[in-house]
Amino acid sequence: MLSHIRRIAAAAAITLAALSGTAAAQTPPGLLVVAQIAEPKSLDPQAVTAVNDFRILMNLYDGLVGYKSGTLEVEPALATEWTISDDGKTYTFTLRDGVAFHDGSPFNAEAVKFNFDRMLDENHPFHDTGPFPLSFFFSAVDSVEAPDEKTVVFHLKDPYAPFLSNLAYPTGLIVSPAAVKEFGKDFGRHPSGTGPFKFAEWESNSKVVVEANPDYWKGAPDLKAVVFRPITDANTRVAEMLSGGIDVMVEVPPDNLATFSNDAAFKVYEQAGPHLWFLILNAKEGPMADKRVRQAVNYAIDKKALVENVLQGTAEVAAGPTPPAFAWAYNEALQPYPHDPEKAKALLKEAGHENADLTFYVTEGGSGMLDPVAMGAAIQADLAEVGLNAKIETYEWNTFLGKVNPGLEGKADMAEMAWMTNDPDTLPYLALRTGAFPDEGGFNSGYYSNPDVDKLLEEARRETDQAKRAVLYKKMQEIVRDDAPWAFIANWKQNAVTSDRVEDFALQPSFFLLLDDVKKN
Amino acid sequence: MWIYIGKRLIASVPILLGLSVIVFAMMALIPGDPATAILGSYATPENVARLNSQLGLDKPLVEQYFIWLGKLFHGDMGRSYALNRPVADEVFERFGATLILAGASLILCSIFGLIAGIAAAVRQFGWTDRVVTFLVLIGISTPSFWLGLLLIMLFAVELQWLPASGMYAIYGGGGPLDLLAHLAMPAVTLAVVATAVIARLTRAAMLEVLRQDYIRTARAKGVSERRVIYRHAFKAALVSIIPVIGIQAGFVLGGAVYIETVFQWPGIGRMLVNAISTRDLLLVQGGVLVVAASYVFFNLLADVAQTIVDPRLR
Repeated sequence: MLSHIRRIAAAAAITLAALSGTAAAQTPPGLLVVAQIAEPKSLDPQAVTAVNDFRILMNLYDGLVGYKSGTLEVEPALATEWTISDDGKTYTFTLRDGVAFHDGSPFNAEAVKFNFDRMLDENHPFHDTGPFPLSFFFSAVDSVEAPDEKTVVFHLKDPYAPFLSNLAYPTGLIVSPAAVKEFGKDFGRHPSGTGPFKFAEWESNSKVVVEANPDYWKGAPDLKAVVFRPITDANTRVAEMLSGGIDVMVEVPPDNLATFSNDAAFKVYEQAGPHLWFLILNAKEGPMADKRVRQAVNYAIDKKALVENVLQGTAEVAAGPTPPAFAWAYNEALQPYPHDPEKAKALLKEAGHENADLTFYVTEGGSGMLDPVAMGAAIQADLAEVGLNAKIETYEWNTFLGKVNPGLEGKADMAEMAWMTNDPDTLPYLALRTGAFPDEGGFNSGYYSNPDVDKLLEEARRETDQAKRAVLYKKMQEIVRDDAPWAFIANWKQNAVTSDRVEDFALQPSFFLLLDDVKKN
Repeated sequence: MWIYIGKRLIASVPILLGLSVIVFAMMALIPGDPATAILGSYATPENVARLNSQLGLDKPLVEQYFIWLGKLFHGDMGRSYALNRPVADEVFERFGATLILAGASLILCSIFGLIAGIAAAVRQFGWTDRVVTFLVLIGISTPSFWLGLLLIMLFAVELQWLPASGMYAIYGGGGPLDLLAHLAMPAVTLAVVATAVIARLTRAAMLEVLRQDYIRTARAKGVSERRVIYRHAFKAALVSIIPVIGIQAGFVLGGAVYIETVFQWPGIGRMLVNAISTRDLLLVQGGVLVVAASYVFFNLLADVAQTIVDPRLR
């Protein structure tokens, strides 16, 4: 028997040695391997909603406009210039010359019109290649005209200032009409755009491969190819990074950041994004209907401790409803509510809601929710310190959304929430207006209502002058901070780790991953 | 024999149909819907309603079920909402990967489980027996995802002998050697518990058989010990071991869910987990149906094998 075991052990050792020869850990130069957190749903930019998918899409396609590197301000892309009519309802774009889609078909005004008609017109012959869940980004568009080869005109129903910024969002990326016509519903697996990389291969749950587009209008990228690998388990992602199987990983767990920053073989990147983590407070009923109680909650929570201890420095303390990443619209004068339990107690006493019982909705996890269970527990402890007794109810993400989005009335006093947006208009317009109560189809689940805020938001959305818009948003932020419809907690910093062979890598405040300038030795 | 197999196959049809009704009902009962999952924080009631109607989810549940069933009889398993591709393509692609993983594990656990079980039984209370019994206890109590992570840390990160995850190298990969290198750790991890179970039951079955009179008779006749163990005892013990291996086949398929997540194996277990969290009803239906059908098939296979080994059952 023993000799058997020895023989088997020897055979196993030989097999292992033979196999290890094939497991070359190093990735070749010019080929960048990026670990994603999940399999993409589709590579049709109009059909997807997840940042995870946007990371690939931004490298395959261009929009009419894009975000200036390092900002959330728009700059020309497939359109070289544009004019906006005085009433803010007509946008006329001049298109870039000599651009072709990866499939060889020309990029022109008709192609742009096809894109928006496919998404918005239910009678369009290719509308059935959807559904297009984020098409409401362009619900302001009444019609699109292509008067000549190089000119596109958008007619809006109402003035809508976020329009340009929405065009820079992945939902506004331009796809090849020829490819949509050829592949129909399967276009999402046979994508064709004008971007720096062209689609090469998609092997389900293993990889998406894109190759350099030598004819890219900004010049061919340095990389020969990029491989996007879905690795859903964070521990496995870290192990792959450590073993050299991948070159770039995004969304590094806070626990592992130190490992990478202490190792010269890796580079760590951080970039604050247009993200806000907050608590929706039920301003309609219960103790939270009193502004003083809502302010007390803001004073009671030790946001600095949350950000430093629970999130281990992967986020910054939020001051108000607008993330600082929207630099042009952010009110620099705004200060976060300080951690002041005494003040909180005083406010609660004044309001007559000492020792109130609260129901607190917490989610297990979800898009942009960071570490919601641990954060919920820490917040509960902070509230207990000022005498508020918050009872936590925890739900899985989709169940949670199903409970929170229809409104908190009759169910809860507070709920965790996080948003990531591309324009300072989006979150307050959809979640802080009186016209955005859940029964009106909005996300104002805490029923906050202030006519001044409503007016400012409506005005800002109609104002096409960015400087004037900024003034309106800054005023809105002051009012909202004081009214405290939410407890403002944190702005998440996106992080990424690359191997030291990767150069000129940068994270964008938009959370997109742009790889056309990246080099790898 | 063929009549028996035919009968068993026909009997499995109502099982699978019943299962599909249960899965459909369960997916309808859990809160949340695909439109909410797809839209995420943009899931306004208005947007959800619009997307639901585009996905055909605004129809009554019973009608949805029969539409699905009708299509199924034409070989169409529908289209995944979340992945935007036909369910059948996704399910069979992923099931193939799971079969490779589960198959390799089953081979490993059968071989090592049988060897260890026999070795322990032959030297009952000897040191081999003690070592095997001890290892079996450890094997049964080891959480497999934890073991998987440990193996990754050792063989992929520290020693860099084996790739940490995936099924093939992502560049210049392919070929059986590449597959084996990727398969080694997940297959071993998945096999550990099943190996321990098989070893324990093989030991018990062998011990029981070795106490029988005919074994004593064989030994008295002067048959070599080797022949006694392998020809006389093991063959008889196999009758009670085969159903255990059949059960382990199902266990290995089920356990693949964790292992596939840890090792990023592109199998059906991981697909099902994702599909449930995105409320991708048709993908869940298709996946569960295929997994269930394979359970039925493996059980049938075990029963048939048992009949072949044990003529009394024919």
